[in-house]
Amino acid sequence: MAGTKAKQYDKTFLLDLLTDMLKIRRFEEKAAQMYGLKKIGGFCHLYNGQEAVAVGSVAAVDLKRDHVLTSYRDHGHALAVGMDPNVVMAELFGKLTGCSRGKGGSMHLFDVERNFLGGNGIVGAQIPIATGVAFASKYRGTGGVALCFFGDGAIHQGAFHESLNLAAVWGLPVIYLVENNHFGMGTAVKRVSSVEDFSVKAAGYDIPGRAVNGMDVLTVYEELSEVVEQARTDSRPCLLDVKTYRYKGHSMSDPAKYRTRQELEKYKEQDPILLLKARMLENGHLTEQEFKKLDDEMKHVAQAAVEFAEQSAEPPLESIYEDVYT
Amino acid sequence: MADIAIRDALRQALEEEMNRDERVFIMGEEVGEYNGAYKVTRGLLDTFGPRRVLDTPIAELGFTGLGVGAAIAGLRPVVEWMTFNFALLALDQVINNAAKMRHMSGGQLSCPIVFRGPNGPAEFLSSQHSQALQSLLVHVPGLKVVAPATPYDAKGLLKSAIRDDNPVVMLESEMAYAWTGDVPEGEYLVPIGKADVKREGKDVTLIVHSKPLRLALEAAEQLAAMDIDAEVVDLRSLRPLDEETIYRSVRKTNRAVVIDEAWPMASVGSHVAWLISHNCFDELDAQVELVCSEDVPMPYNHTLELAVQPSVEKVIRAVRKVCYTE
Repeated sequence: MAGTKAKQYDKTFLLDLLTDMLKIRRFEEKAAQMYGLKKIGGFCHLYNGQEAVAVGSVAAVDLKRDHVLTSYRDHGHALAVGMDPNVVMAELFGKLTGCSRGKGGSMHLFDVERNFLGGNGIVGAQIPIATGVAFASKYRGTGGVALCFFGDGAIHQGAFHESLNLAAVWGLPVIYLVENNHFGMGTAVKRVSSVEDFSVKAAGYDIPGRAVNGMDVLTVYEELSEVVEQARTDSRPCLLDVKTYRYKGHSMSDPAKYRTRQELEKYKEQDPILLLKARMLENGHLTEQEFKKLDDEMKHVAQAAVEFAEQSAEPPLESIYEDVYT
Repeated sequence: MADIAIRDALRQALEEEMNRDERVFIMGEEVGEYNGAYKVTRGLLDTFGPRRVLDTPIAELGFTGLGVGAAIAGLRPVVEWMTFNFALLALDQVINNAAKMRHMSGGQLSCPIVFRGPNGPAEFLSSQHSQALQSLLVHVPGLKVVAPATPYDAKGLLKSAIRDDNPVVMLESEMAYAWTGDVPEGEYLVPIGKADVKREGKDVTLIVHSKPLRLALEAAEQLAAMDIDAEVVDLRSLRPLDEETIYRSVRKTNRAVVIDEAWPMASVGSHVAWLISHNCFDELDAQVELVCSEDVPMPYNHTLELAVQPSVEKVIRAVRKVCYTE
């Protein structure tokens, strides 16, 4: 790991990364709490532990022309692209003020203005869609890149392989980013995959592949900055196997008994927030007091989001026939 | 007026819409250099070039999903499936994504895409290549489904489908591509959601869509010789369904025979028969009859495969039943 990395960045940039990761962490903790209180229902896939992946990647794209798509574990990405936590929490609550007016819920967060195109509930189904979004950018000559997140569980879907081939053949600027948290629901990668380093799969489509440490937000940012620039310049896809870890179960109903306490603790020692915090402390970009203040602010943001969601109106029954057709 | 084949009417529609709107492009297996498996896209590659006429690999899920992505990003793709039998591989992208994008995003996204290709029985193709699969697609809110059976309707409906801001599935027929009919020289559209009375009559209503239109019209001719005056309602659009035209006709004739080359369970035919029973109960002089495919996979043997499908004789038998002239 690049221990001195933080030195080259200015304080504001690092503070933004830290703020976004803390915002996601505190938001997810609040979401879990609200799920326990039955304010949120259905499937709710939390992002705790993986914050560096969304935050570091999104920091490397230009949301005026680039697009971001992800799976159902989408709260972190929604917040990383700058969606209002109130609107995200309201969607989790199924309220009219949610980004999808209570029609989408936890798995289907969208923000067209921020080029965030969901929030897809079928494993790997966003991969062809992101490929098409990149196709549209190339067709129109916008210079835009599509950043497509998916989990390690999606890597064996046909949609993944068909998309990589199409993007390679047609020269489409897509970053295929595996958030490799080592488990597809309760099944360890090594039990269902012929390889554990997914970056090697890029060779099968003659595109660049890289393995990336996804617990380090600066590494993620630097790797992404390089590949995004390459994809933009060369109009070519690439595949990144970003190793990360989720602290919680697959969804709220999963107690995660398929892994050991020791394994979880091992990853928590590399916690992306604590890692960046330590570097910033070391380089004089942050004091303990400042961190505490920031953390309190983010707790407050999460609490305010809950209050906003609580106070928001339920969608009216008449809305069931809305937004089915244009 | 020009007397042209359905395949040429479809090509005219594609060519006119591609000239009219730069966002329209077509992709699919063999649509470019091969000029289309059924020659619908003949010459389009020469006219519009490889940027807008794209040969795909045999990867229905991948290129269909790519189309969905391009559509939500602002293009207007026409996806040709070589047959609907192969499109089964792509149904996740059609049902879970194209049909749901607007809804899940709370109205933020539109998905203006056309999926088209041959559907329904052909000849000597056995069970996997000779299926009428419209029931699967018509079932899904968020999709529109059209099923023309004349060159005039094929051209006008395809143009409307391409201009529609929703995903539209267009059912064509391998056996009907060579059928000819009059098409006006100038620009025209056939609206989606409007049935067409193809033959006026007063004694019984035949309700039909797609290729069986021809056998319904033939049956009506033979019935005329028996002094039974049949009205033929061509649905043209299956979703939305023009219920008013159906009811208007049935309320006039008081008798209805529904013809559908799909299997009977949960089909367009069974649904229309239920609608008539439900909404025209007091006006009916006989129970509604359904002439559809036998409830079996398609056999290869020609005598058997014909025996499985609706026929002129089966329609006449059903009409005589509802007219009590057996």
